[in-house]
Amino acid sequence: MSLLKIKALTKSFTPDASAVNDVSFEVDAGEIVCLLGPSGCGKTTLLRMIAGLETPDSGQVFFAGQKITNLAPHRRGFGMMFQDFALFPHKNVFDNVAFGLQTRGNSPQAVQERVAEMLALVDLRNFEDRDISLLSGGEQQRVALARSLAPGPQLLMLDEPLGALDRALRERLMLDLRHILKRVGVTAIYVTHDQSEAFAVAERIAVMNAGRIEQLDAPPRIYARPASPFAARFLGFHNLLAGNTTSSGEVDTVIGRLTLPSPLPPAGEQVTVLIKPDAVVGFQPFGFAQDRLSAVSGQRSAVSDRRSAVEVEALVTAISFRGKYYQVWIKAAGQRLMFELPSAEGWQAGETVRLTLNVEKMLVL
Amino acid sequence: MLNSKFLKLTFYALPLAFFALFYFYPLAAIFGLSFAPEKHLDLSALAKLTDTPYYLKTLWFTIWQATLSTLLTLLLAMPGAYVFARYRFWSKNTLKTLSTLPFVLPTVVVANAFTALLGPRGLLNQGMMSLFNLSQPPVQIHHTIWMILLAHIFYNYSVALRIISGYWQNLNPNVEEAAQLLGASPIKVFRRVTLPLLMPAINAAGMLVFIFCFSSFGVVLILGGPQYATLEVEIYRQAVNLFNLPTAAALSIIQIIFTFGLMRVYSRSQTQMARPLNRQSSRSLQRPVKSWRDRLIVVGNLALMLLLLGTPLLALVLRSFSGANGLTLRYYRELFINRQGSLFFVPPAEAIFNSIAFALATVVLAALLGMISALLLTRETHRWRGWLDALFMLPLATSAVTLGFGYIIALGRPPLNLRSSLLLVPVAHTLIAIPFVIRSLLPAMRSINPKLREAAATLGATPRRAWLAVDWPLIQRALLVGAVFAFTISMGEFGATLFIARPQTPTMPVAIYRFLGQPGALNYGQALAMSALLMLVCAIGFIAIERFQLGDEGEF
Repeated sequence: MSLLKIKALTKSFTPDASAVNDVSFEVDAGEIVCLLGPSGCGKTTLLRMIAGLETPDSGQVFFAGQKITNLAPHRRGFGMMFQDFALFPHKNVFDNVAFGLQTRGNSPQAVQERVAEMLALVDLRNFEDRDISLLSGGEQQRVALARSLAPGPQLLMLDEPLGALDRALRERLMLDLRHILKRVGVTAIYVTHDQSEAFAVAERIAVMNAGRIEQLDAPPRIYARPASPFAARFLGFHNLLAGNTTSSGEVDTVIGRLTLPSPLPPAGEQVTVLIKPDAVVGFQPFGFAQDRLSAVSGQRSAVSDRRSAVEVEALVTAISFRGKYYQVWIKAAGQRLMFELPSAEGWQAGETVRLTLNVEKMLVL
Repeated sequence: MLNSKFLKLTFYALPLAFFALFYFYPLAAIFGLSFAPEKHLDLSALAKLTDTPYYLKTLWFTIWQATLSTLLTLLLAMPGAYVFARYRFWSKNTLKTLSTLPFVLPTVVVANAFTALLGPRGLLNQGMMSLFNLSQPPVQIHHTIWMILLAHIFYNYSVALRIISGYWQNLNPNVEEAAQLLGASPIKVFRRVTLPLLMPAINAAGMLVFIFCFSSFGVVLILGGPQYATLEVEIYRQAVNLFNLPTAAALSIIQIIFTFGLMRVYSRSQTQMARPLNRQSSRSLQRPVKSWRDRLIVVGNLALMLLLLGTPLLALVLRSFSGANGLTLRYYRELFINRQGSLFFVPPAEAIFNSIAFALATVVLAALLGMISALLLTRETHRWRGWLDALFMLPLATSAVTLGFGYIIALGRPPLNLRSSLLLVPVAHTLIAIPFVIRSLLPAMRSINPKLREAAATLGATPRRAWLAVDWPLIQRALLVGAVFAFTISMGEFGATLFIARPQTPTMPVAIYRFLGQPGALNYGQALAMSALLMLVCAIGFIAIERFQLGDEGEF
């Protein structure tokens, strides 16, 4: 039984384009769902409609079976964490966290205890009297979390809660955040444009584009099989080739005819082929004598079936060292492709090579 | 080298000498007159003030009318500030500019506008009398406190609106939404979050409005009638009508103490406002007018503003064109016809000429001195800078009447006798205008990245050339804004000019005041016609300022 049910929500701010376009999904109790997408994709507007801060043009929001589409935000009992935290600058830490408890008429004694409990939860014991402006970004983030969790919201919404922090801090707080949310057991909707954040925090991810949900699934499944070229590009995949399905069950692309393991749409369809960055299983400097081939033969044997490999002629345009791996940019039949290799030994920018690609690492979208 | 240093010092000494001579010296003369009228210490004038209930009553009236005016202004401006801060609607910026027009209008013009609308012969009374066949004007608020309060609201509404809405639109709306999501009803959100966050702006606006109302002169003198007097009005009456200079001096001192104290509190509330409380969220903060509720709020507010700010000015213009039998240009034509008769009569056309000549002289003086002062404040680093900044702002905190009075007693006798000099009026106007010129220049000067000058230097430009290439283009506009400020201030200045203008060279506001003091429909009509002209000049100048200004930076 789902706790939150969104039905065909639509909202537009300008007459010619809708910010959120016919979106439906459900969230189970205790689940963390992530709305992932670039800025302007409608994810924040969707969140604000669930919170009651925007009125939808059409569609419904149900919570625990009740229709709440037009309920005022202060009557919903939801919590929200804003990207800029939106802490009350004229109140100290205690009064910030206590605000939601006081509006609900808790006794001072109860407020005191709950605030202490929440500050302990976010690891900010004894911060009660601190001035908001004197806190670091990470501390502010945790006060904001404590404030939104204090009244025990039935649903917590987080709008880019780590967006205002620098990269290193974000990496660290991501896991803390998930840990706290899971410990409290709160149902949460988490908005972000950062895929690594979404992967780390969410149980399910909704990839959003132009006001619609393009894919809604668990993080590993989304990464393994992006549902659309947009989703693939947004998840950080570069190598997308346009192609046409043939009657023989193959795909024609600029780099050749590919025989792919994944099921294909009927012949004559336009498709997009995604080549994962770890698809290279072998390479050979172009025009070299046959005997030099043995140098990579070991790698070649990794491809068990001859049909599961594709050979491509390409110009190496750039090689860049990325720490754990090398990024190699090549150009094949006018198409720029990027691959990640554990070692760049033998590779030389400006040389022409023959690559062997594993078709198991290719997907038809 | 020594020579150039000497030149520089002389250059910077100019504004300081000007202030010493035309600000501190007259003020010192007031102190002298008050504490030692007969060359030895005598505090009887001051003592008389505390002994006489009349003066205490004047002080009490000054305070309570200012308090009431301030509270009413804030109360009326709050909804307007909300509308301007949170809504996006057609011609909003133009409306905001227009709403500020009253603030730059000369007090005489405003006073006349109100009598033209609400006076016994005003538009409202005439209309109602002819509509309902009444023999007596039904609205009798002329020479009552209500007229004063209305005029003060008219004057200061835009001050409060600008300060509060400017601050409000930078308040992060997420904070209010966060409160709402934490269970606070809209009323609770306003009371517990929005209002406390707006307090610095409300304080600053309230302080400023209070200062203006506290030192109100023309409005009270003309609209209040003989039974009402603020300290300013009383200083003028004591000095000019009763020639009781020691009492006037003692009152001036009380006035100085109050305005300086109030200015101090104001500048403190302003620094509080400057504290960056919130980062503005990236989301667009202003929403379009959509629902019928939005429409009601916005349209209702604009209607209130039109009623409050528009109708008096409209009445002024209408009345200046209406004679005994319908529309007429008679009053305007009369302005250029010389009808000798009264001893004090001065042809109105001459007053217009005087005003323009004085204003041009003021522009030159104020631009020059203001520019040097601003350079002194930005280019030179020394530990006196903070003090100098405050010093140059002092005229803002000094009432014009006090200043004019100081000029009369200090500059009308040796060693510096300027009583018959034509320079006296432009000098006084310059002093009043300098803070505005400096405030217009400083943001532009401070915004110039010194690296740009360094870049110009590394590209081979001499310091002079670098200044011309980097600083001057940016300063130009700011200087123009300052110059227009100086021009409009000089055109409308009333309090000091009434003291120091020689009988044969009155300015437009002084001439208007004289017209008002004389009987007959023709004189009143001419007063209105001249007020309308003065309003037009100030309006043009003001719109020019708004056009040239870079954003809201040059504001107070």
